[in-house]
Amino acid sequence: MALDDRKTSGFTQVGTRPNRPDGLDKVTGRARFGADVTAPGMLFATIVRSPHAHARIKKIDSSKAEALAGVKGVVTRADFATGLTGENWNILENVMAGDTALYDGHAVAAVAATSALIARDAAKLIEVEYEILPHVTDVDAAMADNAPVIREGAADKSVPEGMHPNVVRYHESGHGDVDAGFAEADLVIEDHFRTEATHQGYIEPHACLATLGGDGKGELWCCTQGHWNVQKICAALLGIETANLRVTASEIGGGFGGKTAVFIEPVALALARKTNKPVKLVMPRPDVFKATGPTASTSMDIKIGMKKDGTITAAQGVFRLQGGAFPGAPMEFTAMCAFAPYALKHVHQVGYDVITNRPKQAAYRAPGSPMAAFAVESVIDELCRKLELDPIETRLKNASKKGTKASFGPMFDQIGLVETLEAAKAHPHYSAPLKPGQGRGISCGFWFNHGGETAVTLALSEDGTAQLAVGTPDIGGSRASMALMAAEELGIPYENIRVTIADTATLGYNEVSHGSRVTYASGLATIEAARDAVGKLCARAAAKWGIPEDAVKWENGCAVPSGPNAGDFDPMPIAEITKRMGATGGPIVGHFEATPEGAGVSFATHIVDAEVDPETGKTSVVRYTVVQDAGKAIHPTYVEGQYQGGAAQGIGWALNEEYIYGDDGRLQNAVFLDYRIPVASDLPMIDTVIVEVPNPGHPYGVRGVGETSICPPLAAIANAVSAAAGVRLRELPMSPPRILAALERQRDG
Amino acid sequence: MSKIHVTTTINGDEVEYLCDPRETMLDVLRDRLGLTGAKEGCGTGDCGACSVTLDGRLVCSCLMLGAEADGHEITTIEGMATGEELHPLQQKFIEYAALQCGICTPGILVATKALLEKNPDPTETEVRYWLAGNLCRCTGYDKIIRAVMDTAADMREAS
Amino acid sequence: MVEVNLWSGLRALADGKDKVEVEAATVGEVLEGLVMAHPGLQDAIDAGVSVAVDGRVIASSLTEPVQPDSEVFLMQRLKGG
Ligand code: FES
Ligand code: FES
Repeated sequence: MALDDRKTSGFTQVGTRPNRPDGLDKVTGRARFGADVTAPGMLFATIVRSPHAHARIKKIDSSKAEALAGVKGVVTRADFATGLTGENWNILENVMAGDTALYDGHAVAAVAATSALIARDAAKLIEVEYEILPHVTDVDAAMADNAPVIREGAADKSVPEGMHPNVVRYHESGHGDVDAGFAEADLVIEDHFRTEATHQGYIEPHACLATLGGDGKGELWCCTQGHWNVQKICAALLGIETANLRVTASEIGGGFGGKTAVFIEPVALALARKTNKPVKLVMPRPDVFKATGPTASTSMDIKIGMKKDGTITAAQGVFRLQGGAFPGAPMEFTAMCAFAPYALKHVHQVGYDVITNRPKQAAYRAPGSPMAAFAVESVIDELCRKLELDPIETRLKNASKKGTKASFGPMFDQIGLVETLEAAKAHPHYSAPLKPGQGRGISCGFWFNHGGETAVTLALSEDGTAQLAVGTPDIGGSRASMALMAAEELGIPYENIRVTIADTATLGYNEVSHGSRVTYASGLATIEAARDAVGKLCARAAAKWGIPEDAVKWENGCAVPSGPNAGDFDPMPIAEITKRMGATGGPIVGHFEATPEGAGVSFATHIVDAEVDPETGKTSVVRYTVVQDAGKAIHPTYVEGQYQGGAAQGIGWALNEEYIYGDDGRLQNAVFLDYRIPVASDLPMIDTVIVEVPNPGHPYGVRGVGETSICPPLAAIANAVSAAAGVRLRELPMSPPRILAALERQRDG
Repeated sequence: MSKIHVTTTINGDEVEYLCDPRETMLDVLRDRLGLTGAKEGCGTGDCGACSVTLDGRLVCSCLMLGAEADGHEITTIEGMATGEELHPLQQKFIEYAALQCGICTPGILVATKALLEKNPDPTETEVRYWLAGNLCRCTGYDKIIRAVMDTAADMREAS
Repeated sequence: MVEVNLWSGLRALADGKDKVEVEAATVGEVLEGLVMAHPGLQDAIDAGVSVAVDGRVIASSLTEPVQPDSEVFLMQRLKGG
């Protein structure tokens, strides 16, 4: 793509804060989310799930259910494609168990009936005979010699010999000689950290409406972060051709990575095929907790050496992640992100992907990175405390910048870590006095960001307005950003652009909305599509004027003669060209189809003040400031929103949220009452500072902003809590019982 | 199981329906009456996405039976705007970007409208505690709280 | 020739090396060259890799150019949230 046309100043629309185009629908209840549609003759479905952590499925008898009035069909694994391999097999195995239920909540059958109540009753009548097998849910226990084997042969070739078969992937990277580096240090700290699994916790449960006729043609409506991915996977799991399944993305009620995966859509399609009727499937909340998401849980060892002046001499980390019963825990990203903020001569990182009897983990906002930051930034904090160094100065001293060899190998291009640290240092929060009982923590965080396959079209209407079709579901206001970028290029009002999330039949493949890629990649595509349309508009004006195409430029929504022809003709407004486009060569449509590869990495620095009640162990977050590099903020209000949302999720992860498994391997807190995400009364206002260090890989300098905001909070809060409580917390969440236990251990010496 | 005949008022209009005695008010609104503005986030009274008012009182429609509406008045998000004219809270939520995905928005709007009717001059803490039963996973609540506080101030000035 | 840096976990599959020289002008040719030199790398590459060329992380595009003096690192393929 042509990035020679980079624009970094003189914006007229970008950087303003207009109302979002879907605002009215969302405040009036009119917006249609996953569960908000119906179809004539529609059936309702319920999924039957394993109550055991690990069990062989001996027999499924659905005769009683099928005899119930109103029941139209039951599906089991036998109703899906056979002979799948690789990740498609993993997904199918997760969507509907084969011989073995691998975790509490694993789907084993599903039923469709004429009402939701009948479907629920029928599910209870499906009899499943299980043979219970030994289980393991903890990452360290799953690696131990005596751990039950979850699946033989699941490991790939990266795993060194002699490891337990539950270790399925291995990563190792770094450079230099860490032992030599540690020898140079004045102080070396080595510590062990653990984090529990957390759920993305989107408020909208997965939901879909499926039809699939005898002709093999299907329609699917669902809430997803990526409907082309849903299309591809469902087609494979059902054994139909991809193009015969049209998928439309509904409005999406949150995803955070959890809706990049496929869980219920193939089941609804299988039931629709079996019953020859539309089937609606909505997940009850406990199923969302038990069978979708969550993140990996971790066990980590960190060792860092520092000189008295704050120079880090060497760093090493071992990261063990369990991601449920399937390979895929993002341990390589934990390893690669861990030390990315720092310029290190000697660094070494090792990652293990471990399978357990838990649900298949799904991506959650910067997958793998927040846990690494928690462990690493805690050790750096402890080093600063012991060496009596300022935590921001110390980080500045070691900070990665352009040209630094990253801990994960290559050299950094233009990045904004130093700028976020400087902005944090200058922020009044950093120097504000603390009250007794309060502690302050800071942390940096890093995430890669992503580009990915992207297709966009921009069609002009006869009156000079524009219809922009993008393929990335809008999770947090991205339609507003797209419209701003299109308006900027076309020189027409923001309100004159209508942005639609196109279905799979109307655009080329678009990768899932993940990796903070939407404003970067769909934004880049929108700009390029608009430039393509502008080129065509100029050509029409040139033809009319009888001058060469390159003698026409585009200014303020008008074609203008330039160069030797400057001033020869009056500017021709867009509407004048589009009015006659049918007669001057046909419709004018701008296109972009490519895989942009310039997603710039991003850094953030967070400051937090926390107060710990030594009687109850309860922590209150009393002040919070997010400083993050956005490259260029297209719609600053929504950038702030991403910063605040990431911080809030991080606060939940740090203080409250966790998957709690009983000895029986069953999840004990599968409702929001027991899995407590932050509520309004738990949080303070969250202050934000947008730093803009342009990304060289985007025409306006945009970097993804959605994910990096969740990387620093775990560590920043742990550092604040440790300072407030006077004892280092090494395990998340820092729930009141854990804090009380730590205080007690400290009292007992 | 035989159905129950219910006569009620929803957003000012008289409505009649038949429902199963086990059906919740939320099921009736969404599946029988096509009023899908109230959302089901949990079905257990923990998320507030299903908030409606019953005779002016804020309730979780997932915890109420459809049959219980008989003879009462229900208001949902669909009844919040007056024709074309948005309620000041709705307007302010758009302006302040007090929503990202918007799934929690109907419930939060219904809940805050009920708050401002009871208490036109709430403190930030009062707003935060009133909304403690309405989960939002996207925003961190910051912009929601600001939108509510500023709407309350505007409405006090206007009255 | 382009020097490709492997992450050290791949050493076992590349006869103990963590730098491999290949003849390549594009990212696609880098990957082909690696498999040709060390067939053991095939599975790891099929599982999904990104290639960092002079600090730019190329996630999928095989046609991106590579210069003989480019700094090239093999990395694992990104999955975001
Ligand atoms: S759906 Fe009623 S409170 Fe969550
Ligand atoms: S805006 Fe998404 S849950 Fe509140």
